[in-house]
Amino acid sequence: MARPRLRPDLQGYFGPYGGRYVPETLMAPLEELARAYDRWSRKRAFKRELRELLTHYAGRPTPLYHAKRLTEHLGGAQIYLKREDLLHTGAHKLNNAIGQALLARTMGKSRVIAETGAGQHGVASATAAALLGLECVVYMGVLDTVRQRLNVDRMELLGATVTPVDTGTRTLKDAINESLRDWVTNVRDTHYILGSVLGPDPYPRMVRDFHRVIGEEARRQLKKQAGTVSPDVAIACVGGGSNALGLFTAFIDDRKVDLIGVEAGGIGDDLGEHAARFGDGGSLGVLHGTRTLVLQDDEGQIAATHSVSAGLDYPAVGPEHVLLADEGRIEFTRANDVEAIGAFDLLARTEGILPALESAHALVHAARIAPQMSRRQIVLVNLSGRGDKDVESVQRWKAERESETAEPRTEAARTGVAVHPAARQWVTEGGE
Amino acid sequence: MSAIADVFARCRAEKRAAFIPYLTAGDPDLATTADLLHAMAAGGADLIEVGVPFSDPIADGPVIQRASTRALASGTTLSGILRLVARHRDRLDVPILLFSYYNPIHARGVDEFAEQAAASGVDGVLCLDLPPDENTPDDFIPAMRRHGLDTVFLLAPTSTRERVRRVAQYSRGFVYYVSRTGVTGDHGELPKELVKETRRVRRKVNLPVAVGFGITTPEQVASVAKVADGVVVGSALVKLIEERTGDDGLAAAVEQRVRELTEPLRR
Ligand SMILES: Cc1ncc(COP(=O)(O)O)c(C=O)c1O
Repeated sequence: MARPRLRPDLQGYFGPYGGRYVPETLMAPLEELARAYDRWSRKRAFKRELRELLTHYAGRPTPLYHAKRLTEHLGGAQIYLKREDLLHTGAHKLNNAIGQALLARTMGKSRVIAETGAGQHGVASATAAALLGLECVVYMGVLDTVRQRLNVDRMELLGATVTPVDTGTRTLKDAINESLRDWVTNVRDTHYILGSVLGPDPYPRMVRDFHRVIGEEARRQLKKQAGTVSPDVAIACVGGGSNALGLFTAFIDDRKVDLIGVEAGGIGDDLGEHAARFGDGGSLGVLHGTRTLVLQDDEGQIAATHSVSAGLDYPAVGPEHVLLADEGRIEFTRANDVEAIGAFDLLARTEGILPALESAHALVHAARIAPQMSRRQIVLVNLSGRGDKDVESVQRWKAERESETAEPRTEAARTGVAVHPAARQWVTEGGE
Repeated sequence: MSAIADVFARCRAEKRAAFIPYLTAGDPDLATTADLLHAMAAGGADLIEVGVPFSDPIADGPVIQRASTRALASGTTLSGILRLVARHRDRLDVPILLFSYYNPIHARGVDEFAEQAAASGVDGVLCLDLPPDENTPDDFIPAMRRHGLDTVFLLAPTSTRERVRRVAQYSRGFVYYVSRTGVTGDHGELPKELVKETRRVRRKVNLPVAVGFGITTPEQVASVAKVADGVVVGSALVKLIEERTGDDGLAAAVEQRVRELTEPLRR
């Protein structure tokens, strides 16, 4: 193991990225949160309670699954799936939500709020709040309440209040805006459970650390199941970047492992058509409390984004990812909507697993590279969530596309041609 | 002494608080903003906060959010706002404080921004989401100093003693005390602790202290003016602008409202 590094530094920076860019009202509460996190996360009692909940309540460790039929189909490297889709509530998000809800309770906060895009972080927060007896309010863009409707119902059944956000692009970005407005107003009794490695310090490091367990387990499991702790490649999708850092952190010092993040390529390369911050459209900016790569125009106005996957449809990325990209430690690529739907189908039919559309983006890249690798090599994919929430979206996406093009959809999926902007429209229309 | 410091010194000599109206530049367009700046000055503004619209105004309530949306829809840019200030600087007898989120300034580059803002006749800058902290990679504060721009920072009811000290240390011109934990906009009554809290802050800060967020009526202006060096009214005026947009009497209505709001300060 290489020497431990302090990431971020004491001011919350990962090199030039990160920091705390928030209204003054939140500065003292963030200092308090950082102190509480530093103090409690080291205490044995806190660690034990978290570990026990993750084990007996959430279902850790999640399995590492050797996807033999998918491997066979692709005809190359052995594909292993880290099954975060099997975690309670159906995505990795619960690791962080339970951790932060425990911290909130420890800090004496009676109310938690959360933003959500795909609805998985909202469901995880609502679940953790129910478990610990906290009041919970979840902010969700109107567009996302339509395309992830199942998760809205789940949150409500869990006793949370879901507040649709009808401003801006009506997606994850605007849900975070509204959460920050709530927090700035109610900060004395409220903890904000931010759902990814985004936002002001201490969130990027705290969320990363609550998810590190993903990669730590995967190393142990690989050792047992494949005889090595080091896959050749590890792949994860990157919205804010929490499932990716959850998987990658355990491998960062293991230089044998190539780490690849997959962003949402959406429907095209122009600003507004994708959420690929590491592409040409991304530039250094400050959004939601952190200095990082942001999709924006020349005037510093934040750009609209598009992805078929609500959880990747966001204009900024966690600051630590940007530093790791600068250092060449993580490589970033993208998968577009059509490819993601194709990978969704592929996993369903070869393995009997419906992946979340977010996770399907990671699978796209696995399917690209595995055939060029040897059968002795290993590709580890973080299957960050399950696809139940996306069933309606996928069906409607396909119906829309079939009515729009004479080509059979399987052909389109294979060639990966960009889909007409109408792909965005149906979601909007669905809300009416 | 900076023009902003000058205003507070003059008001102090007159034994009254300064009146500081806010508007969002470009709402509904920059031509109207020019008229409104003159209207506010004529109505009795001592200093004007010119808001730079931003796509993601996390510290603003619905009124200023809508104003930002309208301003961006009309094509308002930071450069356009600076050109507007430059064009009207000579005829406007009040200092201008730019009130912005950090990203539009960051995107320009802080040094280039500071140079252009100073050249346009802007007197100071307040970034809502940029608290004064060393180690910010962009050296915002030194850039503003180099170009002679005042840096106004915020204090809030949650600010610790250490943060009060830090904000006082890095602010120039005045310190802006946020009346409540919350976003901009009218919330009915002002918080009961406001008088006590403002006094607490004033004792610790060696600069004028202006109070804003949620101040709406002349009565509220009067009560805040008793304990503060300046009173900021934002959303209440932006709401008036929203209601009267398209109306020939808009500028006159804004001037009249500013006059009503400053009435208690002139008594
Ligand atoms: C299943 C799943 N995977 C991935 C993501 C993307 O978030 P992150 O990049 O933080 O892992 C989400 C977000 O909603 C999700 O629900």
